[in-house]
Amino acid sequence: MLNQYETVFIITPVLSDPQMKETVQKFKNLILDNGGEIVHEEEWGLRKLAYPIQKKTTGFYALIEFKAKPDFISKLETEYRRDERIIRFLTVKLDKYAIEYNQKKREKAIDSLNKEIGG
Amino acid sequence: MSQTDSEIRFLTPPAFEIKKKKFCRFKKSGIKYIDYKDPNFLKKFLNEQGKILPRRITGTSLKYQRRLAKAVKRARHLALLPFVTDLLK
Repeated sequence: MLNQYETVFIITPVLSDPQMKETVQKFKNLILDNGGEIVHEEEWGLRKLAYPIQKKTTGFYALIEFKAKPDFISKLETEYRRDERIIRFLTVKLDKYAIEYNQKKREKAIDSLNKEIGG
Repeated sequence: MSQTDSEIRFLTPPAFEIKKKKFCRFKKSGIKYIDYKDPNFLKKFLNEQGKILPRRITGTSLKYQRRLAKAVKRARHLALLPFVTDLLK
């Protein structure tokens, strides 16, 4: 049984661009290696934090939406805790309304992109 | 007394309370899932210090107030919203 989850994590801003990409890739591989599948991924880029975390005022946000077995989540979260590049993370299970919402949001984004190209 | 008797004058005009019926905006607009990743939307339900507004002010139904509180707390954890602040917005 695969459940659908969504995870957001904040990477320290001190890393260079390739290091940042590598960190995201590492977690993507972790999901894939454990029999999960990635539904969607997003990078929000460098954002200002609402309050300082580990004395840093900005962070690099990344989001991955994926399907995985329930026991994989604890594994993923220990990996987050071990990795010192991750300063904050959140993993939530998506219910059917959340999945619907995310899908609609994505479709909208594609639509607006198409319009931009068309216009 | 130059005024006519029928016209009653008050020192302070009485407050005419036209009670505006509150409504739950999630129920009304059919929002089923409250996204914690959208801080600008969640800010509508916070006061200036970043506290969650009570139901008696916003009119949100109990079901969605619970979900809203959860979404706000998730957003705070991810530093999308502050835990405490002066002058949010």
